[in-house]
Amino acid sequence: MKALLLALLLLLPAPMLAADPVAIADVPLEDPAAEARAKALMLELRCLTCQNQAIIDSNAPQAQTMRVEVRERISAGEDPEEIRAWFVERYGDWVSFVPPARTDTALLWAAPFLFLVLGGLLLMRRIKR
Amino acid sequence: MKKLFWLLPLLFFAGLLALMGGNLGKPTEAVIVSHMIGKPVPAFAFEGTAGAEGLSRADLSAGGPPVLVNVFASWCLPCAVEAKQLQALADKGATLHGIAVRDTADNVARFLGKHGNPFSRIGLDTQGRMMLALGASGVPETYVIDGKGIIRFQHLGEIRAEHVPILLAQLEKAK
Repeated sequence: MKALLLALLLLLPAPMLAADPVAIADVPLEDPAAEARAKALMLELRCLTCQNQAIIDSNAPQAQTMRVEVRERISAGEDPEEIRAWFVERYGDWVSFVPPARTDTALLWAAPFLFLVLGGLLLMRRIKR
Repeated sequence: MKKLFWLLPLLFFAGLLALMGGNLGKPTEAVIVSHMIGKPVPAFAFEGTAGAEGLSRADLSAGGPPVLVNVFASWCLPCAVEAKQLQALADKGATLHGIAVRDTADNVARFLGKHGNPFSRIGLDTQGRMMLALGASGVPETYVIDGKGIIRFQHLGEIRAEHVPILLAQLEKAK
């Protein structure tokens, strides 16, 4: 049985035996208020490796590095929005799940209200009839 | 005319279906290019490893010719694949510096012993912070940095034979 297991182990492709990245301290901050601020931001930052996943629940090494960066900056007293801006400076708007409020994104932010007005107008026409 | 008006939603739906169908099977992974291109390298200083001297921003902004900075790791498989091309670049006169991310001195030494060491300087970034500083979205990545320490070009992923002339041209351009 042991020999069979060993033989099976040898069949594993070599890449599976490659060493993992060095583990880094990825632990919550001691101050619960600071940790809450850090977590709120981690929910809104996008993982670069497993895209469409927030860094808060990604196992990718780079998401881990990003969490460490966020926690370190939070505990140094930095404002979450400053930290978000720091990431956007490096990776563009893409890295944040919250679209920025700028003139070129005005339509995006206004769209719900535009549709509401449109719906209201249609409804009014119907009622009048 | 009125009949056509009622066809509009159907046409809209058909258009939507065509759009979605056309995108089926396309890779959804976006390529995240660094927004640090054209900006100076952020301040950093890493200890050397594998017998090489360390790397810091001062080394990259001393006014010399442009250099290549390769972000690699011993645990990264494409890094082993591109080792041959890095050597080719070094043979053609390019200066290469390495930054080993989330790695240990032992593993880096073993990796370079096995795949060759084309680097003049190697910084050991045990925490992988340099990736965030450079706007890197993976390993390996290679940057062209000019004599003033400005990031001029980013190559994402492993370097294949066809990328060698591109990188040499970018080095020339950064002069």
